[in-house]
Amino acid sequence: MAPAVLGLADKPLNEKSSWTARLKAGLARTRGALGGGLGSLLGRRKVDETLFEDLETALLTADCGVEATEALLATLRARARKEHIEDGAALKAALRETLLETLAPLERRLEVLAARPFVIMVAGVNGSGKTTSIGKLTKWLQAQGCSVLLAAGDTFRAAAREQLVAWGERNGVPVVGQAGGDPGAVVFDAIQAARARGIDVVVADTAGRLPTQLHLMEEIKKVKRVAAKALPDAPHEVVLVLDANTGQNALAQVKAFDEAIGLTGLMLTKLDGTAKGGVVAAIARARAASGAVLPLLFVGVGEGVDDLRPFSAREFVEGLVD
Amino acid sequence: MLETLTGRFARIVKTIRGEARLTEANVQDALREVRIALLEADCALPVVKDFIAAVREKALGAEVIGSLTPGQALVGVVHRELTRLMGEANVALDLATQPPAVILMAGLQGSGKTTTTGKLARHLIEQRKRVLLVSCDVYRPAAIEQLKTVAAQAGAEFLPTDSGEAPAAIAQRALEHARTRYFDVLIVDTAGRLAIDEAMMREVRELHGLLSPVETLFVVDAMQGQDAVNVAKAFSEALPLTGVVLTKLDGDARGGAALSVRRVTGRPIKFVGTGEKLSGLEPFHPERMASRILGMGDIVSLVEEAHKQVDLEEAQRVAEKLKKGKGFDFEDFKSQIQQMRKMGGLSALMDKLPAQLAGQIGPGQTGDERQMRRVEGIIDSMTPAERRRPELIKASRKRRIAAGAGVPVQEVNRLLKQFEQMQKMMKMMKGGGMARLMRGLRGTLPGLR
Repeated sequence: MAPAVLGLADKPLNEKSSWTARLKAGLARTRGALGGGLGSLLGRRKVDETLFEDLETALLTADCGVEATEALLATLRARARKEHIEDGAALKAALRETLLETLAPLERRLEVLAARPFVIMVAGVNGSGKTTSIGKLTKWLQAQGCSVLLAAGDTFRAAAREQLVAWGERNGVPVVGQAGGDPGAVVFDAIQAARARGIDVVVADTAGRLPTQLHLMEEIKKVKRVAAKALPDAPHEVVLVLDANTGQNALAQVKAFDEAIGLTGLMLTKLDGTAKGGVVAAIARARAASGAVLPLLFVGVGEGVDDLRPFSAREFVEGLVD
Repeated sequence: MLETLTGRFARIVKTIRGEARLTEANVQDALREVRIALLEADCALPVVKDFIAAVREKALGAEVIGSLTPGQALVGVVHRELTRLMGEANVALDLATQPPAVILMAGLQGSGKTTTTGKLARHLIEQRKRVLLVSCDVYRPAAIEQLKTVAAQAGAEFLPTDSGEAPAAIAQRALEHARTRYFDVLIVDTAGRLAIDEAMMREVRELHGLLSPVETLFVVDAMQGQDAVNVAKAFSEALPLTGVVLTKLDGDARGGAALSVRRVTGRPIKFVGTGEKLSGLEPFHPERMASRILGMGDIVSLVEEAHKQVDLEEAQRVAEKLKKGKGFDFEDFKSQIQQMRKMGGLSALMDKLPAQLAGQIGPGQTGDERQMRRVEGIIDSMTPAERRRPELIKASRKRRIAAGAGVPVQEVNRLLKQFEQMQKMMKMMKGGGMARLMRGLRGTLPGLR
């Protein structure tokens, strides 16, 4: 298929731009919209109450949430007092460290283990970018030397299968699916097919669902159970796809999906827009409190097939603060 | 987990319960809670700030009406302001033009444009319009296929397009097609785009120029966070929007984005989408949304109910007596029961109270409404003199009253005993609110165990 037909080739993707640069570019737009981001906010200013207030505004605006923002500020205030931080630059460094402490535990590389096939189940709310992320994840897995098979587990939404098939064609990987069928059956078939063909990884798409739709949450539990029937231990990874545009509802999403299907990781999509995905900090805090850290495996920074990168806390924080 | 707005507001009500009026100090505390509550509901920070300022101004010195507590009065103010922010009344689609009336859909990726297009088509078909759908999304794989399926479900005509075609060419062709085939409405679905993607925004502007749509709808995800303002602003600057569709509202009872978007775009929210079924599209009512955001809309109907039903003079007269703690007689007791009945009875009243407040009164208290009617019956069987001076009631009067009300004498005895306790209690209650009154009634009224 010609790339022009897919319309992605006309997107100005700067091949040379590093991942950091691209993430920064994405986040820079936000800062522009905010009229100066955290970096410029902290510039050469004296550390005083107004500065903390501005910081609060910036953090809240980044979707960090009230609780995480207050906690971050409390830590910063304490440090400022203890270490006699008086200028903005030093406070900025402190902020960066504090954020890094919060986000660093989220870093984990996706490891394709010995299990054959290794099954990755992808879930999320409607429109969070599951199918697109799967397309990009496929490319990444192939780059790691894995063969991939896709399971079109979204048997509900119109043309969801066709969308996944298009991504399959683009990456040259087989797609197992049936229109209007049972998502569990599709995943079961896909795992069987992967086993028969000796394929390394099965990535199972699922239909978008809202945590409030209890019957659909039951359905996804079943999909997971059925996967385990096809292959004990499967799925090996259960990934929730979060839209960076989402606000505090992301916390509810994480909680609901985790309770239903036991998440092993997150993907944060659409970071190339003006949203900063600060809700990740809120999630990190909430999870750290419960002692069950939920790693952020990948972030998505564009619609291109290469726009999915493993999460790096340092880069993420730099993009946010600098 | 996040505390729900309901919990927050219940706490606000609790903190300033029992205060006679809304003052600078108690409003200040409550508003801090409102701020946090709204931020947690993803209302945009600038909007929250303006909103808080507006509420503070209106709340200070606001009269506390009838049996409402100041907290409830404050929530009333918040509710009115929320409604005002979201545009007061529902605004319908305006398709009055030379057919075909063109509707252009725009929004971020994954906001729900295609699903909404299908829902809108169905909505219009129900109004006996001939609807043509076309997709200008040549970018996302299978987007056109998706609209085709949705169109078939909605019973709308679908104009096939090819992902190799230029969006502008598709628009031109669709307009021509709709014109020559006498369609009433043409809905044009577009690709999701980032507001900062200049090439894509130029494209949608070009589509707008070609189509001159009567409605340009901005589709926005109700779960969107703080960035909703930036996106809404960018879209409203790039396109002359005529309205907003708020999608996935069932995912989040809070939907703070509704506030921000209306405020920033200055355009009315015309529809809200819930669920993936094509029937899941409702006209947007700011008032109901305000209730939803507060999670306690019924308090508002309680306010209204209190305004409508409570005979203010009568209530004041009784309140006066309650305050003094003396002179409260069976006449007053009866009038209280009747007032309560007018407002839909005790159980309806309890339903309208916010969860936390109702919880304070205690579960299972709303029980036997029949008991209340029996009490009324007993009081009705008393002579006016007996009602005013219950101490008159001795054995033979008791027998007569019991016979008149059709209850055993013991029940009359119980009521008299309870009434006596009640009078004592009245002395302790000064300036209490409804919750306090009702808690006080516990164990005294037969229906309120």
